[in-house]
Amino acid sequence: MGELRLMKGNEVIAEAAIRCGCDAYFGYPITPQSEVMETLMAREPWNQTGMVVLQAESEVASINMVYGAAGAGKKVMTSSSSPGISLMAEGISYIAGAELPCVIVNVQRGGPGLGTIQPSQADYFQSTKGGGHGDYRLIVLAPASVQEMHDFVGLAFELAFKYRNPAMILADGAIGQMMEKVELGEFVARQTTEQVDAQYGSWATTGKKKSRAKNVITSLELDSALMEQNNLRFQEKYRKMQQDEVSFEAIRCEDADYVLVAFGSSARICQKSVELARAKGIKVGLLRPITLFPFPSEPIARLAKQVKGFMTVEMNAGQMIEDVRLAVNCAGERNPVHYFGRLGGIIPTPGEVVEALEQKLIGG
Amino acid sequence: MDVKDIIKEENLVYSKPSLLSDKITHYCPGCSHGVVHKLLAEVIEELGIQEKTIGVSPVGCAVFAYNYIEIDWQEAAHGRAPAVATGIARVDPDKVVFTYQGDGDLASIGTAEIMHAANRGENIVVVFINNAIYGMTGGQMAPTTLLGQVTATTPCGRDLERNGYPLKITELIGQLPGAAYVSRQSVHTPAAVRKCRKALRKSFENAMAKKGTSFVEVVSTCSSGWRLSPVEANKWMEENMFPFYPIGDIKDGQKAEAGDFMQQNLKN
Repeated sequence: MGELRLMKGNEVIAEAAIRCGCDAYFGYPITPQSEVMETLMAREPWNQTGMVVLQAESEVASINMVYGAAGAGKKVMTSSSSPGISLMAEGISYIAGAELPCVIVNVQRGGPGLGTIQPSQADYFQSTKGGGHGDYRLIVLAPASVQEMHDFVGLAFELAFKYRNPAMILADGAIGQMMEKVELGEFVARQTTEQVDAQYGSWATTGKKKSRAKNVITSLELDSALMEQNNLRFQEKYRKMQQDEVSFEAIRCEDADYVLVAFGSSARICQKSVELARAKGIKVGLLRPITLFPFPSEPIARLAKQVKGFMTVEMNAGQMIEDVRLAVNCAGERNPVHYFGRLGGIIPTPGEVVEALEQKLIGG
Repeated sequence: MDVKDIIKEENLVYSKPSLLSDKITHYCPGCSHGVVHKLLAEVIEELGIQEKTIGVSPVGCAVFAYNYIEIDWQEAAHGRAPAVATGIARVDPDKVVFTYQGDGDLASIGTAEIMHAANRGENIVVVFINNAIYGMTGGQMAPTTLLGQVTATTPCGRDLERNGYPLKITELIGQLPGAAYVSRQSVHTPAAVRKCRKALRKSFENAMAKKGTSFVEVVSTCSSGWRLSPVEANKWMEENMFPFYPIGDIKDGQKAEAGDFMQQNLKN
């Protein structure tokens, strides 16, 4: 058993980064995730593991520092919240286009615009459909506990390097701010310059050796025929993710007549809703996507053959519902797919969810 | 005399720097980029730092700089080269990192990144090509475009009321404590080329010695953008650019020590 601690979700992101051998963090303060950088600065990992932590002048600069360090073959990350992620969108698109691995944490708040500092899941579209310009996808992981905030840092790096693609941890203000018991991972040593060179020297800017051609990190290709090949290669990568990396949790779905689909904080609330509904004799299950991209379309399609209907529970105006409907309808099924959610930083209560389920799926 | 008798080691008076690739550049006749590229290749070769130099190319005409100098490169988003260079230099402090940026890139869209990188005293070299125009996009007004200068977006000449003043960003950088060496050069004559080479060499030496940010502006020509022949462009630059952008060193030293600031900052 690893070291147990009571920690905030944001704090644990920082601790997990240090422990998994992260080389650098670049960020800019924004509520509700400022504790990530505060914790890193207080921990002074440069004295322990040599990890670089730098407060940049903006989110725009942060993500471009990430680009530079990731291009050098390093394990590098940033974190922000919704408006800050919008500012990073350009850089994220470049990182995806240049095929660089990195981890981006979005502790979502309500929008649009400056919106609110309260928790929200309104960046689902932005995170799962690209977010910046051009055809690209991020690997998107949705933690539903402080433990997963910890675990997904290492996992996100693993996937980012496996596919040379940016990975996002899509949390929200509730998970970022709440405290829970967490089991911390062991310390993994940072890679040495020699190890980075041996592993990533074929593409990273580790310094041109006489033995190899120069490495150029770029997303630019003016020859349309070649650019199309790049685009097709990216799409192939995303298909491979869809095939191999889907992750989800199914709670009491075996005998369910109705299934709630929810991720992150909403999924935590729905766990209670499942209990409340079952106490009333309604057979409800919960499907919690852990990867939002790649989306668990197949498990949903399988459930569609068994259940009477689905209801997504989202802290937004109904974004993931589109992917659930696609999963159901593309499987040739016609089950009703409903949505229930709260907006503007309001967190739905377990009772509200059951009430909506009864109204929309059972009564309706 | 046979050609083979002429091509002998002892007869060699000049050769292309080994780090300059054989690729034909996409630059227009009379453009300054080619000369500055050559100088960079020479300096990197001379200092023997090819294996540890990382270039960061901009968005603009020099976006393809990575095709011409045989080192590892990263191509940055428009204006963000100093942030990208910061990322590389921070995680790989043994590397020598330089950015190569035009006036639109550095002095317009990228002002925040260059100011803060230089103010942090990042150990990087910044090569700033100022030709007072956007070349790549077809000759629009740049932040450094002179008053009255005709461009695609100032067809009647840059107007003070509408467009504001030309930006002397190099002088601003010279005010920053993180800057070690700030200089303005040109490459329009052999003597100017030699001086520019010296400034670049000093900058790379500073980066190796971790003295802070070194910044070299090269007042340059854009004969295509200016709608002039290469010879006319050089003349126009001397007559119009040099009076406003005077050639020479602005700051030569190293970044300030913390002690220089203690009295003005927190007192324990």
